Amino acid sequence: MKPKYFSIPYVGWMAMFVVAPIIIVFVYAFTTPGGEFTLRNFSDMGIFMPVFFRSFRLAFIATLLCIALGYPVAYILAREASRVQLVLFMLIMLPLWMNFLLRTYAWMSILENTGLLNQFLSFLGLPTVRIINTQTAVVIGMVYNFLPFMILPIYSVIVKIDKNLLEAAHDLGANSFLVFRKLIVPLSLPGILSGVTMVFVPAVSAFVITQLLGGGMVFLLGDLIEMQFLGTAHNPQVGSAISILMMLIVIAFVILMNKFGSGEEKAVGL
Amino acid sequence: MRKTTIVTALVCLLLLAALTGCGQETPAAGEDPTNGGAPAQAQVVHVHNWGYFIDRDVLGIFEEEYGIRVIYHEFVNNETLYAALQLGGMIADVIIPSDYMIARMIEEEMLYELNFSNIPNYTLIDPRFRSLAFDPENRFSVAYKVGTTGLIYNSAMIPYEITSWSALFDERFAGQILMFNNPRDAFAVALQYLGYDINTINEDEIQEAFELLMEQRSILQAYVMDEIFDKLESGEAWIGPWYAPDFLTMYAHNPDLRFVRPAEGTNFFVNAMVVPRGSENRTNAEKFINFMVRTDIALMNMRAIKYASASYDAAVIFAEELNDLERDVVFVGPEEYALTEVFYHLPSHILELYDRLWIQLRGLS
Repeated sequence: MKPKYFSIPYVGWMAMFVVAPIIIVFVYAFTTPGGEFTLRNFSDMGIFMPVFFRSFRLAFIATLLCIALGYPVAYILAREASRVQLVLFMLIMLPLWMNFLLRTYAWMSILENTGLLNQFLSFLGLPTVRIINTQTAVVIGMVYNFLPFMILPIYSVIVKIDKNLLEAAHDLGANSFLVFRKLIVPLSLPGILSGVTMVFVPAVSAFVITQLLGGGMVFLLGDLIEMQFLGTAHNPQVGSAISILMMLIVIAFVILMNKFGSGEEKAVGL
Repeated sequence: MRKTTIVTALVCLLLLAALTGCGQETPAAGEDPTNGGAPAQAQVVHVHNWGYFIDRDVLGIFEEEYGIRVIYHEFVNNETLYAALQLGGMIADVIIPSDYMIARMIEEEMLYELNFSNIPNYTLIDPRFRSLAFDPENRFSVAYKVGTTGLIYNSAMIPYEITSWSALFDERFAGQILMFNNPRDAFAVALQYLGYDINTINEDEIQEAFELLMEQRSILQAYVMDEIFDKLESGEAWIGPWYAPDFLTMYAHNPDLRFVRPAEGTNFFVNAMVVPRGSENRTNAEKFINFMVRTDIALMNMRAIKYASASYDAAVIFAEELNDLERDVVFVGPEEYALTEVFYHLPSHILELYDRLWIQLRGLS
């Protein structure tokens, strides 16, 4: 058997669960409930623009926070001795072994007005904070849930940086900061870019988080799409059109990022 | 090049399979889909019900008595069930949606008529719950559970007696109010508070209800579905509308909670058993429906989930077992019953209006 036949299960899987659904979504987006061709599903979409803006804005903030929090962690992780590394890795991976819904539900009881955080604050005699059911709570939920997807790709790139390069830079008189800025950051850029994609894309379409932590008061694209499919009017056509527009914006964004990172490895294989 | 051909071929093959698969879901015209002619095959019935809406032990009893295996599924809400049926790929023999969804399914010819000679226990159904507005000639459905909505509030936080939906729009409770996270129930609250019919098709009245909900948004804590249990039990929120029988679950965790049916009236809901088109086990479905109505089985279900059964004898026995507080929540007295309204299926332009206004309320401000 030639090695290329080994790819058949994968290709079959992709065809069934990636390509076929996208084709179905496309068909829905360009048809009326009766099955005729139409562009109305797209031309009516103007009223949803505030939801698009809000979703992309929050996903953007969440992604930036993930870089700010994730990069140092990945850097430390890559520099540490292997035993410390193992513990750190466990701490990062462990939450991922728990159900996503459960973890988000736990954050609900942490952030609520009468929740753990506020109980702790009032125990210390500090003023309580109102976070639950706001955009802040939704962003916290996104950062918490997607942070590992930022840390891991950055880590895997930094750990592979050739130590000889760093030593050479030091030998040539660069201080640690300069080495970091001129060597480590540029060389870890592909990791950052793929981390950004892996955080931004799920963040833009997040929707359980908005219900549990946003209390239904922060309405994002995921909610909007769900409502088209499962709302009172049942309109999978408009839902599909919104999904496609969202997909196009995300693809444009990824292409832009690949341009930005050109010269380095591509962020994702598009 | 080679790779792309493989992909294209596979996609075509899969789409073809999907299309023919869909075709098999609905039996060809003229073909009798009852399972009389399939003796050798194992007998099954696929049942779809709301979450936590049955005593699971009754399924074992049914399997033992009838030799029919029950494949039991749960759905989240009417709309999810409808979408699953519409999009295809769902195997179902008995489904238990509520009133307005049944009316919609009847109108869209998604249900089979029942053969009542297979359902002799139908005579046990309380006459009040037969031939209701969603199935006026009672050809398609057999009622399972009935109940009303109402207001649940925390008496430790709200030291007054609440009697009206107006409490949900009261600024004194700003930041402590919860609201239904689905358009039909949320609009019903606003419409009843304004004194309008919950099935109104007068767009001005719906618009007025929308404006009221829009105003309410600024004093609202959250739009919730099942999170309401946690939020009311823990004292995180003070007041919210919900389905009456669930109050007993919350009350067991927090005895400060109170239940009231607002004076303006409430929504009376009926969940009924129907057989969707595409069912391949209609006789089994009817046997299952007949079984669920039986007094001992209805009683088991009532004891487990506290929602009143539509089976008259079982309801009478169960009412005796309850204390006064429980009975008032689970059953509706005649005066309160007179104030309730049942949801109808609304014309599609009104449903679209609901969706549009709901998205505007939830997301465009």
